Amino acid sequence: MNKPIILALAGVTSVGLALNAYADDYITLASTTSTENSGLFDAILPQFEDASGIDVRVVAVGTGQAFEIARRGDADSLLVHDTEGEKRFVENGFASERADVMYNDFVLIGPADDPANISEAQGAAEAFAAIANAEAPFTSRGDDSGTNRAELRFWENAGVEPEGDWYRELGSGMGPTLNTAAAMDAYVMSDRATWVAFGNRQNLTLLFEGDEVLFNQYGSLLLSEEKHPHLKHELARQWHEWLISEDGQQAIANFKVDGQQLFFPNAK
Amino acid sequence: MSSFNRPLLVSSSLIPPPTLCFDGVAFSHQDKVLLGPCSFTLDGTGPTLVMGPNGAGKSLLLRLAHGLLSPTQGQVAWSSVGRPRQAMVFQHPVLLRRSAVANLTHALAVNNVPRRTRTKLASDALERFGLTACSNTPARVLSGGEQQRLALARAWVLSPQVLFLDEPTSALDPAAIKAVEAAVREFHQRGTRIVMTTHDLHQARRLAGDVLFLSGGKVREHTPAEAFFDRPVSREAQAYIAGELVE
Amino acid sequence: MENNNAFYVALSLLLNLDTSLFQIVALSLQVSILAALIAAVLGFPLGAAVALWRFPGRGGMIVLLNALMGLPPVVAGLMVYLLLSRAGPLGEWGLLFTPGAMVIAQVVLVLPILAALSRQKVEELLGEYREQFVSLGMSRLRMMPTLLWDARFALLTILLAGFGRASAEVGAVMMVGGNIDGVTRVMTTAIVLETGKGNLPLALGLGIVLLMLVMLINAGVYLMGELTRRRTG
Repeated sequence: MNKPIILALAGVTSVGLALNAYADDYITLASTTSTENSGLFDAILPQFEDASGIDVRVVAVGTGQAFEIARRGDADSLLVHDTEGEKRFVENGFASERADVMYNDFVLIGPADDPANISEAQGAAEAFAAIANAEAPFTSRGDDSGTNRAELRFWENAGVEPEGDWYRELGSGMGPTLNTAAAMDAYVMSDRATWVAFGNRQNLTLLFEGDEVLFNQYGSLLLSEEKHPHLKHELARQWHEWLISEDGQQAIANFKVDGQQLFFPNAK
Repeated sequence: MSSFNRPLLVSSSLIPPPTLCFDGVAFSHQDKVLLGPCSFTLDGTGPTLVMGPNGAGKSLLLRLAHGLLSPTQGQVAWSSVGRPRQAMVFQHPVLLRRSAVANLTHALAVNNVPRRTRTKLASDALERFGLTACSNTPARVLSGGEQQRLALARAWVLSPQVLFLDEPTSALDPAAIKAVEAAVREFHQRGTRIVMTTHDLHQARRLAGDVLFLSGGKVREHTPAEAFFDRPVSREAQAYIAGELVE
Repeated sequence: MENNNAFYVALSLLLNLDTSLFQIVALSLQVSILAALIAAVLGFPLGAAVALWRFPGRGGMIVLLNALMGLPPVVAGLMVYLLLSRAGPLGEWGLLFTPGAMVIAQVVLVLPILAALSRQKVEELLGEYREQFVSLGMSRLRMMPTLLWDARFALLTILLAGFGRASAEVGAVMMVGGNIDGVTRVMTTAIVLETGKGNLPLALGLGIVLLMLVMLINAGVYLMGELTRRRTG
């Protein structure tokens, strides 16, 4: 029919695609959806790019998938919040080193009328126990993410089994889990950053926070040059070192949503 | 199938028409014998009209002769060296979804006629069959008669030595029938061997040089036209001409 | 109500000519159009070939093509991811997390649709044309371009169906593209992202923009088809 037009279109789009993806120095950073959803990267990456000229391309997935991507050599750098998993990663030789970067904390969210009365709890363990005993609906991410693993540890420490119709495992990221909790009027454990940035609260409100056990540590990892020599190790090292440098740490501290600081730098 | 048609080298009027020979040819489908065994020879100049009641096997015979089907028994043979150039016109014209002239140039392209000569041959053929005005009309929009003339024009540009026609006018009105019969005569005058089926006795009288009469899947008669219409030999042919129903 | 918000958001997105929106839209179109065209170049001849030739396993091939029309996008994405990953056979090409990978994944999704449906159409036409084509002396190979051209109006609709599938899916492009801001983020993955953040009006607004775009493309192609149809029947 209009063969020349079709060919021209194909040509333009191919060129467009090529130019789009392959310009500039860049690294691929595997990180988590909760970090991305908080808006942290939108705030600090431009500062890093200005300082180094390196574009950081974030692939935001669940923690388990982030580790898998790094293990396969598909990302140049890794930033997650699962300290035990990170240490194992180094032990198994996939990363050469890890460093503490920042922490945020988990908070307990629930329906405004608080049927399990967790706002009165004296500690995280008590709050979790209260929910289980009241058999109040609770939505769990159920996706083996860092957040999910932390949540399971809290149930264990509270001495209760998260089982029964009230406990709903969704297999979802933080945002979708919050959406479901809002729709079900259920309790949910979220990282503060995602909660603060979350736009669909409906009847949910923050009910419990502050217990130190709820702190959520982030680590940056340098990937192994032996296992994956093709990666952009030099550029990734610049990123890793910037994160734990004064400039990076300050950038993290300066990031606020609704006047609240979400991430607390704690590099050593 | 690859050497189905020879290249267009010489006008067929200079070569004597090829002879078709059916030797013990039979065609069965799922253990049912639909045609034959039959043996006959079509020599002479034609036009040969193949006649008989519906279901007699006329269309089948034509397709076996043209090579669209292979006999399950026996042999179809031509006198010429190699298979002669042939074309076929069907009861319902089969035309591509493109303009009339494009249907002709397509047939020429398929037969490896150089691009330069195609347009000339096509427009000449359209003129001969009175279709010049419809040249750029979508072929499928033409009337039944025009479409059949176009199918004939397509056969014309290929300069076939043999032309098969399978009841080409049974779906047409009298004016169109007249035009198609005139076209068949043109082919005959050019030297093309005509083999045509019909169920119209009057049409057969108008056109036939010789008649091949079939019924019940067997050849009952093969006689020159006058002899056939005046003094049919077989019982079936006599009944047919008398207007009785024949099996 | 949030739905009213969404229409307003969609409108303001378009009116403000938001540059990041423009980039996302451009990438979505580039990826899906290119994938549809590549799948057509591969798929239409494949469909025609299966219609034209008898070969052992032909029935199985037809069933396979038909079944693959329902290939879940996320599965296609996963398969292509494993192929393109550094740890996989084609890792050397470094295509993962680029628009190129997204095009490949969408070709995998769209190809069966184009092949299966064109096979069906060509077989239909073949029933009509076969005797005449053989009479004209055409080999089966020679029949292919003629049949495909004759089927062009149906093939155009089939192509649009393939494009629709590509532009609507999110599972495949998410897996192999990574939804990287400014690089591999397309309309559907942006919608997932905004939904995940709870920004439902924005997500719905983006959805409306996507729908309008696809409708525009379909309208344009339909008009083009109608005009040419009138000219050539």
